[in-house]
Amino acid sequence: MSRHISEQYDLELGAIRDQLMEMGGLVEQQVQDAGAAYVTHDMSMAQEVRQRERRLNAMEIALDDQCVAIIARRQPAASDLRNVIGVMKAITDLERVGDEANRIAKMTLQILDQGIPAHQYGDLRGMHQSVIAMLNSALDAFARVNPEAAAEVIKADEAVDDAYDAIVARCTEDMSAQPEEIKHLLTTIWVARSFERIGDHAKNMCEYVIFQVQGRDVRHQSKSSL
Amino acid sequence: MSEQTDTPSASPPPTEIGLRVRDLSLSYDNTTALKRINVEIPKHHVTAFIGPSGCGKSTLLRCFNRMNDLIEGVEINGTIELEGEDVYAADVDVAELRRRVGMVFQRPNPFPKSIYENVAYGLKIQGEASTASLDERVEWALRSAALWEEVRDRLDESALSLSGGQQQRLVIARAIAVQPSVLLLDEPASALDPISTLKIEELVHQLKSDYTIVIVTHNMQQAARVSDFTAFLNLGELVEYGETDTIFRYPKEKSTEDYITGRYG
Repeated sequence: MSRHISEQYDLELGAIRDQLMEMGGLVEQQVQDAGAAYVTHDMSMAQEVRQRERRLNAMEIALDDQCVAIIARRQPAASDLRNVIGVMKAITDLERVGDEANRIAKMTLQILDQGIPAHQYGDLRGMHQSVIAMLNSALDAFARVNPEAAAEVIKADEAVDDAYDAIVARCTEDMSAQPEEIKHLLTTIWVARSFERIGDHAKNMCEYVIFQVQGRDVRHQSKSSL
Repeated sequence: MSEQTDTPSASPPPTEIGLRVRDLSLSYDNTTALKRINVEIPKHHVTAFIGPSGCGKSTLLRCFNRMNDLIEGVEINGTIELEGEDVYAADVDVAELRRRVGMVFQRPNPFPKSIYENVAYGLKIQGEASTASLDERVEWALRSAALWEEVRDRLDESALSLSGGQQQRLVIARAIAVQPSVLLLDEPASALDPISTLKIEELVHQLKSDYTIVIVTHNMQQAARVSDFTAFLNLGELVEYGETDTIFRYPKEKSTEDYITGRYG
């Protein structure tokens, strides 16, 4: 893409993308640590996630504000408009990923309050690694504005959905066999649910990459049309 | 739509055609100002011509009422049809053509006469002599141009006493008094303040149900706000033409994208 006649405009557009990536890096760390805190019963790590959440919210507000300022002052059109809209939508998804990480950290603290549980149920670790990889690839596709890489992430979401279904099925089965574990099993389902939502948000970000490049809205479309 | 595949041309507008341009080229003094333009201007819609200075957009606009005939040594090839009739045919009455294709320029150019006389002028030339009928048409034209309420008590005052924005609306009233089918607006708001500009834009929006409007503008946001279709011209060629919503969101051509986003081409 050629440069704008206004160099300042290029700097402003570059700045919102840089800050989105910075926010993305923090969100990745939140997901990494929240999941790890849950599966390794690490109370201090869960507390750190809870503390960092505030920083993430502040970043969201500042970045949103900059995007609105660009719209008001520059009235972007065509690819510039899609770029700014894409960043604004991605901010919302990243913030929600942060909320999910925060929720996992909160559940970790609640469950540890009642003593370390005896078992881990289902393949939570595997699901955790899958969504970290998805989030990482989504941010990478966004940074490099690569629609092909974005399409791969969108397709990968299906495996995460399957993993979630498997965990729910396993936990439901165990509930009748071990009614004393119901509370813990429910928490496992909620954590898996948060991972599943994180996968959805990563997928959304990738849909905005395709929208930015191709001007094509691929939300709610079959994977074969990507 | 033209059957030419080697020159850019219009996507077919969904409505009746007001002006149809076919293979239009224009040159003078060994300079080619327009190169084989093919475009269909939909009736009762607003079409904007955008492009950098010297791209040919005003030249193309001026072909529609043969204003370029006045340039010495001009050579025009191709055809322009106004509702099916070739405007460059030998038997065309150019004065009558210009009644049917009214034009408004960048700087308001009212006659140094009263407000009333400015609007009545064309009607009188057409032979309208009845005072009652003139009064009625003048009021109708001023109302259509959203100026009546501001001037109804001062119709005998000089048109030059009006503000720039009012003068521009008066000129539009003068053009529509003779009931044209097309209105050509060449940078109609570039000399006006933002409020007057918005009034002109609102007027354009209201007038399009009765007139085919073509507007040339350097102000891209203005083109985006007022037009239904946008044509991007560059170096005398029609680069891209389509619905304004599409051109400003997903232009197909890189040079269109570069122009509307303010990039170096």
